[in-house]
Amino acid sequence: MEFAELIKTPRVDGVVLRRPFMPTVEGTLCLTGHHLILSSRQDNTEELWLLHANIDSTEKRFVGSLGTIIVKCKDLRVIQLDIPGMEECLNIASSIEALSTLDSVSLMYPFFYRPLFEVIEDGWQSFVPEESFKDLESMTDEWRLSEVNKDFSVCPSYPSLLTVPRDIDDESLCKAASFRHGGRFPVLSYYHKKNGMVIMRAAQPLTGTNGRRCKEDEKLINATLCAGKRGYIIDTRTIAVAQQAKARGGGFEQEANYPQWRRIHKAIERSNVLQDSLIKLVEACNDQSHSMDRWLSKLEASNWQSNVKEILTTACLAAQCIDREGASVLVHGTEGTDSTLQVTSLAQIILDPACRTIRGFEVLIEREWLQAGHPFQQRCAQSAYSNGKLRSEAPVFLLFLDCVWQILRQFPCSFQFNENLLIMLFEHAYASQFGTFLGNCVAERGKLQLSQKTVSLWSWVNRPQELERFLNPLYEPNNLVIWPSVAPQSLLLWEGVFLRWNRSTKCLDEAYQEMVHIIEYNKELQNKVNSLRRQLAQLETEDSPLQTP
Amino acid sequence: LNHIVEQVKLLDRFSNKSVTGTLHLTATHLIFVESNSTSAQEIWILHHHIASVEKLSLTTSGCPLLIQCRNFRLVHFVIPRERDCHDIYSSLLRLLRPVSYDELYAFSYNPKQNDQQREEGWQLIDLAAEFERMGVPCDQWQLTDVNREYKVCKTYPRDVYVPITASKPIIVGSSKFRSKGRFPVLTYFYQEKKAAVCRCSQPLSGFSARCLEDEHMLQAISKANHNSRYIYVMDTRPKLNALANRAAGKGYENEDNYSNIRFQFVGIENIHVMRGSLQKLLEGVGTRSLSMTDYLVGLENSGWLRHIKAIMDAAIFLAKAVTVEGASVLVHCSDGWDRTAQVCALGSLLMDPYYRTIKGFMVLIEKDWISFGHKFADRCDQLDPDPKEVSPIFTQFLECVWQLTEQFPQAFEFSEWFLIQIHEHVHSCQFGNFLGNSQRQREDLQLKERTYSLWAHLLSENQNYLNPLFSPSFAESHPVLEPSTQAYHFKFWRNMYNQYDRSMHPRQSILKHVLTLQESNRELEGTVQALKTKLQKFGVNTSPLKPQTPPRECSLPPRPQSLILGAPLLSRKEVQQEEDEEVFGEEAREDAPASTGGERTVEGSSATENSYGELMGSFGSKNEPGVVTLEFGVARMTC
Repeated sequence: MEFAELIKTPRVDGVVLRRPFMPTVEGTLCLTGHHLILSSRQDNTEELWLLHANIDSTEKRFVGSLGTIIVKCKDLRVIQLDIPGMEECLNIASSIEALSTLDSVSLMYPFFYRPLFEVIEDGWQSFVPEESFKDLESMTDEWRLSEVNKDFSVCPSYPSLLTVPRDIDDESLCKAASFRHGGRFPVLSYYHKKNGMVIMRAAQPLTGTNGRRCKEDEKLINATLCAGKRGYIIDTRTIAVAQQAKARGGGFEQEANYPQWRRIHKAIERSNVLQDSLIKLVEACNDQSHSMDRWLSKLEASNWQSNVKEILTTACLAAQCIDREGASVLVHGTEGTDSTLQVTSLAQIILDPACRTIRGFEVLIEREWLQAGHPFQQRCAQSAYSNGKLRSEAPVFLLFLDCVWQILRQFPCSFQFNENLLIMLFEHAYASQFGTFLGNCVAERGKLQLSQKTVSLWSWVNRPQELERFLNPLYEPNNLVIWPSVAPQSLLLWEGVFLRWNRSTKCLDEAYQEMVHIIEYNKELQNKVNSLRRQLAQLETEDSPLQTP
Repeated sequence: LNHIVEQVKLLDRFSNKSVTGTLHLTATHLIFVESNSTSAQEIWILHHHIASVEKLSLTTSGCPLLIQCRNFRLVHFVIPRERDCHDIYSSLLRLLRPVSYDELYAFSYNPKQNDQQREEGWQLIDLAAEFERMGVPCDQWQLTDVNREYKVCKTYPRDVYVPITASKPIIVGSSKFRSKGRFPVLTYFYQEKKAAVCRCSQPLSGFSARCLEDEHMLQAISKANHNSRYIYVMDTRPKLNALANRAAGKGYENEDNYSNIRFQFVGIENIHVMRGSLQKLLEGVGTRSLSMTDYLVGLENSGWLRHIKAIMDAAIFLAKAVTVEGASVLVHCSDGWDRTAQVCALGSLLMDPYYRTIKGFMVLIEKDWISFGHKFADRCDQLDPDPKEVSPIFTQFLECVWQLTEQFPQAFEFSEWFLIQIHEHVHSCQFGNFLGNSQRQREDLQLKERTYSLWAHLLSENQNYLNPLFSPSFAESHPVLEPSTQAYHFKFWRNMYNQYDRSMHPRQSILKHVLTLQESNRELEGTVQALKTKLQKFGVNTSPLKPQTPPRECSLPPRPQSLILGAPLLSRKEVQQEEDEEVFGEEAREDAPASTGGERTVEGSSATENSYGELMGSFGSKNEPGVVTLEFGVARMTC
C-alpha cells in the first residue's frame, strides 16, 4: 500500500498551531506517511513533528470556513490546529485518522526509520539471556537454562530460553505448562543473592471447577524450596476473582496440593479497569474548572492512585517475603503477563540495587517485560483519549513506571536515572521510531524480524550524548533494600506525566538546573583540592632535603 | 511536681511498634526517654503544645494515655500502673490550662542572654524602617499619632499610616463607623505605581446607615493614588455572611454611597468553618491503614484545600489589582484581623520579593499579624480559652506560603523548615512575640523586658532554614509572583500535618542533601584558599577561584527541637563514613537500631520483628481458608 493514497492533501499553508503554555505558531502543515509536520519556516521557531502513531484521537470543529482539528496524543498532549478552508480541514482530518490507525505492524514507522546517528552498540544484542544466566551460575548451581520452548510451542508468549530448577526435566516442564494458563509454567524471575531466595512467576493454574491437579507443577515449584522451608504464592487477584476464574477453567493452587506454600491474595485490578482509570484520571487533569472539590473527587473517582498503592503494596509484600521472611515467592494473576510482571519487576527494584542503575533498569525492562511477554502492542494501542471500542488496551506498563517514580521520589539518591528516563519509556511504549516495543512477545518479534529491520531503543538511549539527559545527579549507589512508604500521604500524582502539558515547568526546571549546578560545583572543588594537595605534597618532598639540617 | 514513671510504652501511631522508656514530668515539659541505650530516643513535649490529654480505659498492659499536640504530634503512652497514669493525667490537665500569662513558658525561658542581647533581639524588626523601605511617609501618606495612646483603636498599633488628606476628625469619625474602631490604614505601599494596600474592619452600615467621615476616608485613599480613578474594596467574606451581618448593624460598603469604589466579595470562610475543616483533615490523615479512597475523600470533605485556595485566590486578586491595574485596595472582613491579615500578608508577599527572604518574612509577620492585632492568644489557645475562638488562621497563611514555595522553588530564601519552625513557636509560648492579642496587651505584659524574641533565635540559626536553591536573581526576573490557581497545584502539606510521622516522609531528603553539599562547598572553598596560600610560599601562583556564592556564616547548625528539623545534617565526612559502613558492614547495620542510620537507613529490623511474626504464627493453621491479607503487615513494614 502506498501512503500517498491516504494523504488527500499533503500540504496546507496558513495553519495555526495552538498549545498550552507555548506561543502559537503559524506555518505550513505537511503530512507524510508517518508524520504530521508544522513549520513556520523561520529559523527561530520550533517545528512540530508528530508521529501519526502518537495520535490517540482527533476532533473537528468548524466556525465558518475555518476548521479546527483537536489532536489528542498518546503521550497525553492536546494540540489544536486551525486550518483555513473547510475541504482542506476535512482532508487533513481524515488522512490523520487513517494514518494513525494503520492495522499492519509492518507499516509502522520503525520499519522506515533510519537513524541519523551511528549505532555503536546494537541494542538488539545488548541483553542476552545466556549472559544473565552466567551471573546466576556464579552464585548457585540450582538452576538450568531450558530450551524446551525453542520453537515457542510449549508457551507462545515465553522466550525460547527459560531458567528453571535444575532437577526438573523438559518433559515435566511441558506437563506443568499444560496446567498453566497460556502455557506459562513457573519460571525464575529473580534470585536474591543475600539469602538465595527466589521470585518465580507463572500464569494461573488450570484447576477448573473440579480441582484438577498436576504433580509436575507441584514438583516444579517445590523444587525451588530449600529443605524444610516454606514459600508464599502471591495471587494478584482477590479470592473472589480467583474463585470465579475456576468457572472458566482457571483457578488457584489448593493448599492441600501445595502444603508447603501459603497463598496470599491481593487486589490488583484487571486491565480493562485500569484503562478506564487512566481515561478518568487524564480527564480530571485536563479539567480547567479550577474547582478544588471537583478536582479531588475526580482524582478519587479515577482510582488511579489506589491502583498505584495496591501494586506497590503487593510488590513490597513480595520483597518482604524474600528479604525479611527468607521465603521464596511465586507470583501470578490470571495470564501472568500484566499484574504479575508489575509485582515481580517492582520487587526487584526494591531488593536489587543493580536494577536502580540505568543499565540494570534496561535489563529489567527487557527481561521482565519484553522477554516475559507483556503484550505491549495490544496494551499500548490506545491511550487515555481512546473513545472508540477498546479491545485490550491497558496502562499496565505506565502504572509500573508510576510506581517506580514513587519509589524514586522517596529515595531520590538511590537511582542512577531520573524521571526523564521513565517518561521517555512511557512515550516510546506508546509511539516510537524504534522497534523495541512492537509486537506482543518474543515469538512475534522474531517473525517481524525487528532486530534486522528496525533500530532498538537501547541503541539510542545508551549513546553517551543521550544518557546524560537521564542521569540523576543525586545518585549515590547504595546496596540496601529500599522500603518505600505506601501510606496515601506518601504517594503523589505523577505530575511529570499527567500534568506535563497542563502547567509551565519553567520555574521547576530552573530550580533543577540550580541543584545540578551545586552538585557539579562540589565535584569541581573536590578535584581542585585534590590537585592542589598533590602539587603541595610534591613541592614539600622536593624541598625537604633542603630543610632538614 | 517532678514525676518519674518507668516502664512506659510509647506506641507508634500507625503501626503496632512500641518502645519502652521512662516518662519524666517537669514544670515545662513532658519527656520520654527510651530505655534502649544504643538509640535512646528522647521526646520532649512542651506543655503548651498539648491540645488535649485523654485517659483511655485500662488494658492488660496498662493504662493508655493519649496526648494530642498543636504541632500535630500525637503520642500514645501505655503506663503500667493506673495510679501513675492518673497522676500524670491530672498534673497535665492542670499544667496545660495556665490561667495567667505569668505561667507561660516565655516568662521562665532563659536562653542565657544578658539584657543587652535580649534588647537587641527585640530591635531586630523595626516596622518604622519597614514603612520607610516601602517609601512611606511620602507626599501622599503620613504617620498619624491619632492612636498613640490606643484611644481610637485598642487593637491597632500606636503608629499607623493614613492618607495626608485624612484629618483627625475624619479618622475618628471613620473609626466609629467600623467594628472595634478598626479604621482604614495603610499596610503595604507599592511604590512603583503608588498604589496602596489598606486594611480595616467591616462598616457598621446595617441596612442603610452611612458615615460621611468614612466615605471621606475612602475618598482620601483613592485620591492618594493618581494612577487609578477607583479603589477596590475587597470584602473577604462570603456574601451571605456579610449580608447576615447587616442584621446586627454591621455589613459592607454600599457602592452608591462611596464614590469610585469597586466592591468585591471573595468568599473566605470564617474561623469556625476553618477550625472544623482542620479537625476533619487531621482525623482523615490520622487514620490507621488509610486507604487511598478514604484519604482523598477525607481531603475533599474536610474542605481544607478549598479554603487554602480561596485565600490564595484573594491574594492573587489583590496583587493583580495593585501591580497590574495600579489601583489601591482596601481589604476587610468582619473584624479585620483574620482573613484580612491572611490576604494582606499573602498579597504583599506576592508583590514584594523582600518578604520572601528570611528577614523580610519576619517583618511581614510582625506587621500584618502581630502589630495589627491578630488574636494569637485566642486563636492559638494560649491561656485557658474559649474553644470557639481557636482557629488555624495563621497556620493557613503558612501553608499558602508553602504552596507557593512548591510552585516557585527558587523564589524563597527559606525552606519549609522555617515555616514549620515558626508554626512550632507560635504555639510554644517560649518566646514573647506571639503572646497576647494585641500590641497594647503586649506592652502591658512588658514582654520586651521579660521575654525573648523568636526572631533573634531564628536568625541565630538561620542556616537551618535556608533554601539552597534560592536565587536572588529570580526576584529580579519575577518581582511579582503569579501562581497558577489550578486545583491540582494545591497539595496536601504532609511535612506539616504528618510532620511527626516520619515513616511517611521520603527516606532521602533532597533538601538536606543539597544543603549538605552547599555546606561542603563552603568548606572546600576555604580549603582551596588555604592550600593556595601555602603554595604561594613556594612561589607558585594559581588562578583565583571563581567566586560561587557570597560567603555565608559557616558553622555546623545546631539541632532544633522539632523532629523534622532534628534529623542530622550530615557533613561530608559523615556521609563518607556512612558509605563505608554500607560497603563493609551491611549485615551489622541491618541489626543496628533504625535511628543510627539517620535518613539513609532504609528500614530497621522492625519489619521482621512485627509483621512476619504474625504471619508465621498462622502458617500452619488449617481451618482458615488460606487467605491472608497482609495489609497490616505491609503497613507495619513501611512504618
